Amino acid sequence: MPAPTAWPAARLHVVTGKGGTGKTTVAAALALSMARGGRRVLLVEVEERQGIAQLFDTPPLPYEERRVAVAQGGGEVRALAIDVEAALLEYLEMFYNLKRAGRVLRRMGAVDFATAIAPGLRDVLLTGKIKEAVTRQVKGKRAYDAVVVDGPPTGRIARFLSVTEHVAGLAKGGPIKTQSDGVMAVLRSSQTAIHIVTVLEDMPVQESADAIGELRAVGLPVGSIIVNMARRPLLPVNAMARAASSRLDATAIAASLSAAGLDGESLAGPLLLEGLEHALGWQAQQSCRARVQDLGRLTYELPELQGAIDTGSLYELADTLTDAGIR
Amino acid sequence: MTTTRSGARSRAKAPAGGAHTAGTSPVLDLAAVIADPDTRIIVCCGAGGVGKTTTSAALALAAAEIGRQVVVMTIDPARRLAQSLGLEHLDNTPRDVPAAAQFTAASGGRLQAMMLDMKRTFDEIVEAHSEPGKARQILENPFYQALSSSFAGTQEYMAMEKLGQLRETGKWDLIVVDTPPSRSALDFLDAPHRMSRFLDGTMIRLLSAPARAGGRAYLKVVGAGLAIFGRIITKILGGQLLKDVSHFVGALDTMFGGFRQRAQATYDLLRQPGTAFLVVAAPEPDALREASYFVDRLSGDQMPLAGLVLNRVHPSTAPTLSASRAEGAAEGLASGGSRTDLLAASLLQIHAERIRTDAQEQRLARRFASAHPSVAVRAVPAAATDVHDLDDLRSIGAHLTAVPSRPGKTRARRATAGPIA
Repeated sequence: MPAPTAWPAARLHVVTGKGGTGKTTVAAALALSMARGGRRVLLVEVEERQGIAQLFDTPPLPYEERRVAVAQGGGEVRALAIDVEAALLEYLEMFYNLKRAGRVLRRMGAVDFATAIAPGLRDVLLTGKIKEAVTRQVKGKRAYDAVVVDGPPTGRIARFLSVTEHVAGLAKGGPIKTQSDGVMAVLRSSQTAIHIVTVLEDMPVQESADAIGELRAVGLPVGSIIVNMARRPLLPVNAMARAASSRLDATAIAASLSAAGLDGESLAGPLLLEGLEHALGWQAQQSCRARVQDLGRLTYELPELQGAIDTGSLYELADTLTDAGIR
Repeated sequence: MTTTRSGARSRAKAPAGGAHTAGTSPVLDLAAVIADPDTRIIVCCGAGGVGKTTTSAALALAAAEIGRQVVVMTIDPARRLAQSLGLEHLDNTPRDVPAAAQFTAASGGRLQAMMLDMKRTFDEIVEAHSEPGKARQILENPFYQALSSSFAGTQEYMAMEKLGQLRETGKWDLIVVDTPPSRSALDFLDAPHRMSRFLDGTMIRLLSAPARAGGRAYLKVVGAGLAIFGRIITKILGGQLLKDVSHFVGALDTMFGGFRQRAQATYDLLRQPGTAFLVVAAPEPDALREASYFVDRLSGDQMPLAGLVLNRVHPSTAPTLSASRAEGAAEGLASGGSRTDLLAASLLQIHAERIRTDAQEQRLARRFASAHPSVAVRAVPAAATDVHDLDDLRSIGAHLTAVPSRPGKTRARRATAGPIA
């Protein structure tokens, strides 16, 4: 029996994080761990970077839901890279029965307008499509058990998720308003959990704290904090402080190195310098870890993996998340 | 800091003689770039989280130290940068960095900093380019308020606008720009083009038509042939929003034209030799893939690329001791058992990991070099801790501008002039 999660009702998991924290990787690992036990999970990309295709080592994803991975117990992860223009045309067809109008709109520059000049509309389309996937039913059953979104970075996440409300505010009444209200209802409900990926460095931790504040201010549900790329301590804990202040005994270290058949004389200095950097980095990481804990959110931690990230590493990270109780 | 003017003009090219071999990049001489009085604008671009803002600030400080009148414009509202400059916060007006004075006083240089406030910048354009009555009308329009403050994308136009404004004042001889953290950090290059496509399109005429016709007879004004389009737009946007958009576009009509011209002028300015684009990347596959995209995009737009800053590399201080040899020795020491032996074993483990990281980073750097053999590269070693004050910025600046012809002078210098160089 897996441990209960802190968001029992959530089916939409939006993953955000400062640039460079690895949020795409974490989103993919989260989707994989949630697919275990025969569940169907949709992994959504909104920034048109094809990051998911690169991670799963598949050709660029078209605008359709494609299976990218299978999980234990018959579960599967499908991926969707939302193409804004296609989403616009789909939206027009779905809500206004206006499929043929697409060509007219494109010729008029309206597609450009909607997707580039008025980027607010772009985010409305993206969140609208996400809501559609979350609430979609096939033969009376949910199409997906969970939808995981590789979202925009922390700096933009609150705006991205609430943009539809801004637009609704502009269009007092009318079809856009109705649509926006439906999207916001899902995003604000317990069906949604917004997870923040951070690394243990000052700026990303600060941005995570800021994002939590911004999300709360607009009434969006914050899920967990996922610490990514946590480095292991390679020095004995009781030696960290001495290493960080260059108080390790260089002569003794040199002797040990020489005893091991190395040129201790010339290596001790450089190795102690590398040890110093490691210890300083570890201390900085520890103080960041404390700050993350002070944020008071459920926190998961993923280790830094050696070498380049490939599909295999995704399963490794998914294991860690599963072990930590994510399902 | 010693500086040389030689090489500044040819900084985007490989060194004369073509001495470097496949998989190595020419060294980016940033000391020469910032010392060259003809360098008037430096644009730092790159993916999010690679240290772009810090690089911009460190470079601006280094330039001010050698006597230049510098303003650094950051887009990232991260408070830490303001703090590292010793400022409470940054706003839309360039302010002196008082803590920098002690470093710039001797050379007569000056450092100012600002953070782009897109709404404020947009408001200022409106105020500067329309009569007071009309300006108020625009500023109060709900569609304008949403566009100017909450929509992504506006930032790119405003960054271009602000850069143009700063340049026009002639107050600074060097402007360092940190580009917006947008999904594509080069979106701002598209600003004038998008603006033109929009303004020259049918869309704008249609949208502004109801306002011109006093809100009535919309379809008559634009012609019956476009009736279907009008119906679609009305159906989607709804009456009220269409009216707001229409009034806004109508009111901006004249101003927008001027805006487009200025955006185009700034774009042209960026293509002049007085501009130096710096692509910043971390030695990671994703960041370097983005960097390759930027390099290609910049050369496609014929923008003057100075080179790549490869940020936060992990060169080893004992490069001759291989990872496997270190691990072998560590194993022996760990079984030995004395506390010092265990400590030495740990240090050897740290070293082994570092050597592997270094090798991986160099492999990525070589790949980049093979794909872009003429792009000059400057590697900057990772600092053990985050940037907290001006001293930290100065030490990054020292790595950025270290003179490449004298490697091995200090540990740091050797690091920057390592195998990548």
